[in-house]
Amino acid sequence: MKDIVEKLKVQLIDQLNLEDMEPEDIDPDEPLFGDGLGLDSIDALELIVLLEKEYGIKIQNPKDGQKIFFSLNTMAEFIKENQK
Amino acid sequence: MSNLKISQYCHIKDNEAFVNGKLIFEDIKSTNLKAFSKSLYRAIKSSYSKFFKMDDISRLGFLAAELLLKDADLSTVVSDDVSVVLSNSESTLVTDQKHQDTIADYKNFFPSPSIFVYTLPNIMIGEISIRHKLQGENAFFIVENFNAELIANHINNLFLENKSKVFIGGWVNQSRWNYEAFLYLTSDVGLIDHNALEINYLYNNMNEI
Repeated sequence: MKDIVEKLKVQLIDQLNLEDMEPEDIDPDEPLFGDGLGLDSIDALELIVLLEKEYGIKIQNPKDGQKIFFSLNTMAEFIKENQK
Repeated sequence: MSNLKISQYCHIKDNEAFVNGKLIFEDIKSTNLKAFSKSLYRAIKSSYSKFFKMDDISRLGFLAAELLLKDADLSTVVSDDVSVVLSNSESTLVTDQKHQDTIADYKNFFPSPSIFVYTLPNIMIGEISIRHKLQGENAFFIVENFNAELIANHINNLFLENKSKVFIGGWVNQSRWNYEAFLYLTSDVGLIDHNALEINYLYNNMNEI
């Protein structure tokens, strides 16, 4: 699980152009949206693409997105449970 | 004819940035627009986290607007009294190509939303407008070469029709090989007449005024 989180940090910085951030700056429990990392709606779409492209996971119910993308830890948990 | 005057102008090209004819920044090490824009962003101590999410040409337009408006006092101007009229020859072709690369292979078809949203030059005007809270008219013209007359006429018409009182005009272009931004600020304050002759002079003599 820790490996997934560390990999996700690098992928997030790369995919979401968080060029002023380093992996160690991201707290895996911190909310990705709102007060935390401050991601926006385009970032949310980018995260959906990232899950599908890098992990082969398609989110079936868009309503689950809020829970899955709450933090890096919740994303990693979801990947661990759904990766084939 | 209008009585508009040009009060500020800036030019970014070939790893150099000029404001009102004075060189304010150069970076001979950067080998492309992405590197140069980051270098200039840090040099002018701009603080706007969304900058890093922009595509290269929006970064270029954003930085030119930062330089242009740094010493301009728009505090007394109503936000919908500021309009932006820009132009270029390449539209967003570099970003369009990046988007194309993400969809070219149907077996690896993952269009990136954050690239796709920048595949229109008007988005650059949007980024500048959000940053500086500008809510006036906006237009982006695609023309073969910088056309001062086109920009001046459009701005003068907007002014004469009472659409706005302050205008940002210019050219922000990026091709695979080079980049250039030339912006000017025009209103009823300034020393330089707002006409094609003067605009062309400023555009062609960026560091000799």
